[in-house]
Amino acid sequence: MRTLANLIFTTDFLYSIFRVTTPLLFASMGAVISDVAGVPNIALEGMMLIAAFAGMFFSYLFDSALMGLLFAVLFAVLAASVLAFFTLYYKTNIILGGMAINSLASGGTIFFLYLVAHDKGTSVSLPSKVLPSVNIPVIENIPVIGPAISGHNVLTYVAILAVIFTFFLLKRTSLGWHIRAVGEKKEAADSVGISVAKTQAIALILSGMMCGFGGAFMSMGYVSWFSRDMVSGRGWIALAAEAMGQQHPLGTAATSVLFGVADALSNAVATLGWPSDLVKTIPYCATLAGLAIFSIRTYRKMKNS
Amino acid sequence: MSRERSFNIIRTAVAMLVAILVAFVIIVLVSDQPVESIKIFLLRPFSTKRYLGNIVETAVPLIFSGLAMAIMFRANLFNLGGEGIFFIAGITGSIAAIWPQLPPIVFPIVCIMAGALTGILVMLIPGVLKAKYGASEMVTSLMMNNILLGVGLYLLNNMMRDPQVASLVSYQYRSNALLGNIIPGTRVHVGFLIALACAFAAYVFLFKSKWGYEIRMVGNNGRFASYSGINVTKVIIIVHVVAGAIAGMGGIIECLGMHRRFEWTALPGYGFDGAMIAMLAGNHPIGVIGAAFFVSYLRVGADLVNRASDVPTEMIAILQSIIILLISAERFLHKYKQNWIEKEAK
Amino acid sequence: MEEYILEMKNISKIYGNGIAANRDVNFNLKKGEIHALVGENGAGKSTLMKILFGMEPPSSGEILLRGEPVRFSSSKDAIAHGIGMVHQHFMLVESFTAAQNIVLGMEPKSGMFVNEAEAVRFTKEISKKYNLDVDAEAVTRTLPVGVKQKIEILKALARGAEILILDEPTAVLAPQETDQLFDELIHLKEQGHTIVFISHKIPEIKKISDRITVMRSSQSVGCYETKNVTEQEISNLIMGCEMDTSIEKTEPKPGDLRIEVEDLSYTDRNQVQVLKDVSFGVRSGMIFGIAGVQGNGQVELIDLMTRKRAVREGDIRLNGKSIKKLSIQEIRKMQFGYVPEDRMDQGIAGAESIAENMVSNRYATSEFCRSGLLNYNKIEEFADENIKEYEIRCSGNKQHVGMLSGGNMQKVVVARECSHDPEVLIAEQPTRGVDVGAAHIIHKKLMELRNEGCAILLVSADLSEALKLSDVIAVMYEGEIVAYFDNTEGLNEEKLGLYMLGLERHSEEQIRRARG
Repeated sequence: MRTLANLIFTTDFLYSIFRVTTPLLFASMGAVISDVAGVPNIALEGMMLIAAFAGMFFSYLFDSALMGLLFAVLFAVLAASVLAFFTLYYKTNIILGGMAINSLASGGTIFFLYLVAHDKGTSVSLPSKVLPSVNIPVIENIPVIGPAISGHNVLTYVAILAVIFTFFLLKRTSLGWHIRAVGEKKEAADSVGISVAKTQAIALILSGMMCGFGGAFMSMGYVSWFSRDMVSGRGWIALAAEAMGQQHPLGTAATSVLFGVADALSNAVATLGWPSDLVKTIPYCATLAGLAIFSIRTYRKMKNS
Repeated sequence: MSRERSFNIIRTAVAMLVAILVAFVIIVLVSDQPVESIKIFLLRPFSTKRYLGNIVETAVPLIFSGLAMAIMFRANLFNLGGEGIFFIAGITGSIAAIWPQLPPIVFPIVCIMAGALTGILVMLIPGVLKAKYGASEMVTSLMMNNILLGVGLYLLNNMMRDPQVASLVSYQYRSNALLGNIIPGTRVHVGFLIALACAFAAYVFLFKSKWGYEIRMVGNNGRFASYSGINVTKVIIIVHVVAGAIAGMGGIIECLGMHRRFEWTALPGYGFDGAMIAMLAGNHPIGVIGAAFFVSYLRVGADLVNRASDVPTEMIAILQSIIILLISAERFLHKYKQNWIEKEAK
Repeated sequence: MEEYILEMKNISKIYGNGIAANRDVNFNLKKGEIHALVGENGAGKSTLMKILFGMEPPSSGEILLRGEPVRFSSSKDAIAHGIGMVHQHFMLVESFTAAQNIVLGMEPKSGMFVNEAEAVRFTKEISKKYNLDVDAEAVTRTLPVGVKQKIEILKALARGAEILILDEPTAVLAPQETDQLFDELIHLKEQGHTIVFISHKIPEIKKISDRITVMRSSQSVGCYETKNVTEQEISNLIMGCEMDTSIEKTEPKPGDLRIEVEDLSYTDRNQVQVLKDVSFGVRSGMIFGIAGVQGNGQVELIDLMTRKRAVREGDIRLNGKSIKKLSIQEIRKMQFGYVPEDRMDQGIAGAESIAENMVSNRYATSEFCRSGLLNYNKIEEFADENIKEYEIRCSGNKQHVGMLSGGNMQKVVVARECSHDPEVLIAEQPTRGVDVGAAHIIHKKLMELRNEGCAILLVSADLSEALKLSDVIAVMYEGEIVAYFDNTEGLNEEKLGLYMLGLERHSEEQIRRARG
């Protein structure tokens, strides 16, 4: 137990929480925006996977990390547009549509991975790029905390901005008001000439954009390669975080950090020689437990009111 | 037959056709010998007894997962846990098939029961959380999938692994536990008959029994069901139990019918396939058989193309997504339908 | 020089389920008039206005606005052309404030953000200008129905509506509130606005409108100057062939107390006390009517009686048995029928057959179910009998309920709830949005049940319905019973209105008599 404590109360551990929470923050903000608009995007997982692949491939193709990021976001937005088109124009059930996008992403990325890298596992044979890290002057010199806060990948800071962006978007801008109105009562929005389909499409595309950043971080921030199903459930964990954060950007960010801690913990204890098959399930167990406790509490509250 | 229904059938047929056309496009773009590849994709699955047998074998697990999902969808539940249950029921069923020693016929039945029981127990977790507390069964079941994979791999690595073999596989099953072959010259096994029986039983359950009635009412309009005096909590749990049992049976039957050891080291992917098959079948158990055969045919075709040229079999995933999107698209071909209705009304 | 500000010519609308809601309808408006669009429920009035407001595309036909042909693809187009609509069901975002609802879609900005102070100021300004008083900063959820309606009207006016469509605006109001609304409408008319007033209440139409267009079974029957037609003539035009919708009401023969509600109170999740010490009793063989403006606790009362919510203060007894500890299933087993307010929400499973919908409250009884398997022959036989008895227009018992018209759907619900000789029946707005023929069949059936000794609780926002059917009437206001009439003789809508608005109140002694 001592060794575990030694692992946790370190700057490295704090640093790794920021790192592993980054994709969760992006995805959960994507979940918030789409869910508030009444079009729950369950394809966060797939959109991140698509973005991760696109980021890897285009950064390799153009030999530029920036181009990689650009295309990562572009492709995630494209996937979101496909989902928006089918759900809003063809009236596909949003859940089934999301499942289709997830299945497309999971198989499709392997399909293209094989075509470009002749490998169905990883893209290590392709020299793709990594997005730069940023050192924050002054703060980086603070002992203990400084090295944990500074020196992260640029996308980690973008993720924090994404939370602030989502918060103000929904609370203070007219687009945010429209998104909320459409999600709460679409007839009300429609009756004042706000196009429900357009607003929901925008929400889905914003959600896709968030996934684009999250996916790019997976293949260009964490590491410099793509591997099959590398998002490994983060999209779903983000959905759980959003449910527990009750659609509020700040609450959702807080729960995302909580799950980030679980994820960081599983990485940390892996070095202790605990059985790796079981250690890998820690983030999922944490999410399951979190969701269960949250649901039971909500149920009790409802019952007693 | 109602116009609504005939239109759904047309839409399904069009979706299948579009999927095949997309397959052509992919093959033309990727393959060095497109014409030959398309011919292989379309025709070769029917060319020999062995390939025909492949279609049937491949269809067996698809029927099970399709049935489990069809029942879920009927209750308007989106539980994707079939995936993890196939895996973990394979593990527990395999444990039953490796260590005990039982007479033939009884032995595989016990193994299958072990798988079904595992499926039920596992499904109860998202089932109860949903039924009693309203937790999203989709998120919980997906978390369960990852957890079950970890637990299963732990058991495989630490308890069942055969050290004599280089790759990660379990000890051999006892031969009495294996499911017998029913068509010589192929690998089609008894599991196929069990699958057909399950489909029929699921049909009676859904459309002739009072539990099926309750499930369909809950799926159609939960508030109506509860207003009518149907115990929605109970129904959701029943659905999870039945679907869990079917998926669990599917997992171990696939292992005992097709393999001599437990060989999966990752989730086999049947959970998502089941969702698509259920949709193709319009959530009808008998339709599931046909849908499973169609998907199985695409798979065998894609597999043969992959062997003959260089088109990755993951092409199937792309086709599947297109099928899901088109079939669930309520307004796909809607214009034609509206025209038809307006003409008739005049 | 156009005579008309708006003309709709030969409008037809056929819905996806093959039902024609409008057939060759003609409609026109003169500038600055109040034009009543009348007809029974299901005659196609709402559909016609939805087409005018761009919510539904017409299947065929033409719309001329100020002489120019127009085609609205959405309500946004209609709003841009100066048309505004106040819907029967309010289109308000409940979690927003009044000001937020009013400026939604045209928010004042400062930089990137919405200028909320300006929104409040603007709301106060137009509220004053049009003499429609609302609290700009109040959260909509907390406001009474009458105020919500004012917000709706302001919403339309704020967007420059010259033509204002009001869909059954008085259905949710007490008679005195209606008078106030009429004053406001006349004020708007004087300012040059043109108003379409949809209603099926003839005295109101006679009072407020300049011209009348009558619709009957999806067609327009004609357009008349209000001063040239009598109430009787309007009524004949609406009904078409003389249809006798009167109900024979015999002397009630009250029997045992079947429903007892005792000191029932309820506090909701927002800590608002929505029911206060409600007590009443319903005897077999009588119809107990509850009147009141929507949102005065009726919904919560019914929810408690049907076990959708748990009883915590007070008690409810059916046939002498407290339902506090019973589940919905157990109540259902007690010869209990319930016709819910919103049939789409609770009353049916749209994508299942008529036959299956007909037995949802007793599929598991020995009549239809043996050792877990359902006897579909019997179920279909039973459905066919009801289809015949209730004159349900359908293509057969296998047709999906969702494909039926509103009236026929409601007949399925009523048939299911009434055909097992219930001892207790709760009917919540049983004929809302139902055509006149169907309403008559439903009324007849309720009367029949009462004569056979059923205890019926009727909650209706339609006062004429409540007066027509009830043997006794209680009025609810702010969660309390404020009046009790032990017979309906000499009672009229105006009189009930005084109590519905809390202007008058019976003595405690009189109210206590409601306990039966």
